[in-house]
Amino acid sequence: MSREVRNQRERTFLRVLLAPTLFWLIVFFMLPLLVILVYSFLTKKIPVGISLPLNLGNYVRFADLLYIQIFWRSFVIATLTTAICLLMGYPIAYWMSRQPPRARSTLLLLLMIPFWTNFVVRTYSMKFFLFRQGPLNNMLLGSGLLKEPLTLLFTPTAVVIGLVYGWAVEMVLPLYASMVDLDLSLLEAAQDLYANRFKVFTRVILPLTAPGIAAGSILVFVPSLGAYITPDLLGGSKTAMIGNIIADQFGGAQDWPFGSAISFVLMAIMLVATVLYFRILRREAEMK
Amino acid sequence: MAETAVELSNVTKRFGEIVAVDDINLRIKDGEFFSLLGPSGCGKTTTLRMIAGLETASEGGILIHDKPMRQTPPFKRPVNTVFQNYALFPHMTIEKNVAFGLEMSGVPKEQIGPRVEEALAMVRLPDMAKRRPRQLSGGQQQRIALARALVNRPEVLLLDEPLGALDLKLRKAMQLELKALQAQVGITFIYVTHDQEEALTMSDRIAVMDAGRVLQVGTPYEIYEHPTTRFVADFIGETNFLEGEVIDVLGALITVLVDGEVHVQATSDGHVQPGQAVTVVIRPEKFNLEAEGMVKGKVKEVIYIGTDTRYIVQLSARTEVVIREQNIDPSRMGQVREGGEIGVAWNPAHALVLTE
Repeated sequence: MSREVRNQRERTFLRVLLAPTLFWLIVFFMLPLLVILVYSFLTKKIPVGISLPLNLGNYVRFADLLYIQIFWRSFVIATLTTAICLLMGYPIAYWMSRQPPRARSTLLLLLMIPFWTNFVVRTYSMKFFLFRQGPLNNMLLGSGLLKEPLTLLFTPTAVVIGLVYGWAVEMVLPLYASMVDLDLSLLEAAQDLYANRFKVFTRVILPLTAPGIAAGSILVFVPSLGAYITPDLLGGSKTAMIGNIIADQFGGAQDWPFGSAISFVLMAIMLVATVLYFRILRREAEMK
Repeated sequence: MAETAVELSNVTKRFGEIVAVDDINLRIKDGEFFSLLGPSGCGKTTTLRMIAGLETASEGGILIHDKPMRQTPPFKRPVNTVFQNYALFPHMTIEKNVAFGLEMSGVPKEQIGPRVEEALAMVRLPDMAKRRPRQLSGGQQQRIALARALVNRPEVLLLDEPLGALDLKLRKAMQLELKALQAQVGITFIYVTHDQEEALTMSDRIAVMDAGRVLQVGTPYEIYEHPTTRFVADFIGETNFLEGEVIDVLGALITVLVDGEVHVQATSDGHVQPGQAVTVVIRPEKFNLEAEGMVKGKVKEVIYIGTDTRYIVQLSARTEVVIREQNIDPSRMGQVREGGEIGVAWNPAHALVLTE
């Protein structure tokens, strides 16, 4: 009896504690999302605004090759960005995790300092860096590695460079977290059981750091897929990504229903990608 | 069976300024249960890790079945290790854990299954194949770690305090089980422990280590009955140390004057001279309490501990000894009283003179 009363009290207490959070989530997250969902089934009113009837027309418009191309481009750019971040971030995170504890916190700080700068400012600085007459080309020309300056700015390459620069730390941190916990005696046990360095990596280190890989990849892939500022500043008009067309619909084109529909499709893709990724990683970890 | 399984010659290991292992020589025989015994930080684990190849010796050579190991990485050495914390792979099932070494060394797939089964049966956990390490108790994980190592049929099995994390009762049971298992598989075991009783129970031979050096190598009997240094005598079991001066040498029979008044008869394995300062080592159970005795003492304390009674007897102002008697005859108990006079006797052959 008294235990039941206590449980009841605890539950009430929890509800009170959770109320502000729930309120916030419902009013500022669920409701706007619902509004966008409703918008996506409405029709554009000329010159501005929205009107009935409800219809699927906004989703049907994706059949257009133009939009499929943009979605595909966004997907390729986001995948490339994630892959590069992973390939560069993995060894960095591993090296960091193997330093003495004091050096580790210093390294973490050094890694994060640049990311305290505003994202837009950093993207502008990247724009300056990639200019035909910018520091990167000057260095490459000066060192004699190149005879002609590279045209990087306003290409998909520039967008990938900008995104990698922008999100790399999101990859390194979860990787580092999964590696710091790695039990070194497991690596020794694997060596003791006839596994060479490569096998130790593929059979022990990789599966045990899979949660870090999954978390880092999602943290990089999701913002890269929906990137807006980076392609806007570094990509030029020919490398528009999904984020740019969504912005266009809510801005210049004043087509809120279509913009909402694109947002929802983007969200759906991200959700599917995330679920799939976790599934594959879990299965691989279990297979090994 | 007299072949040498592992030989260490003049092996030294330094970590920066610290000398962890200091110029040790060991010859471990084939099929032997060999223990490295010593307090923590004595270099026993480092020695084991050098044999496994997980550490590289700063100096000296390690041979496994006469093959030099200096250039051989751990994954090519014919040894397997049971780690102190078991180090089972958490992301693999028990079956996969045990199969790991076989897979890595390229054993044909169709042989792996039966061998894994056999190994799990050997450690009496045949039904755990599909479980994960974290679903097992400490004792079960310990057995799986053993199966994972033994399944590879290594030339030498290295065990790094494998029972350290188990509770006392389980540890005692596992000691006997390990010993029986070793006899069954016939593989050389090199066993690291800081528990002297464990080492005495299980080992064919023991190397007692301290501060990176091997102080004595011998059978449990030799180590216990004939310690060659004060450290070994002190570390293994309970001991009385009586410091004094040699006053008479008659062949192996030595008389030592302790504290200027107690005449202690002892034997020496080495050469001693009258006037020399020595330490006499006598185990508590080697004493007899008699009415007359060889020396007289005053009973300071009588402590009944069930199987035995411990007496603390003062022989002189500054010398007291611990005496241990089995409680075979309960009627004797009332006879020795605290504060009373008693005679103490011993066989001089059981009193050892140490010169260092």
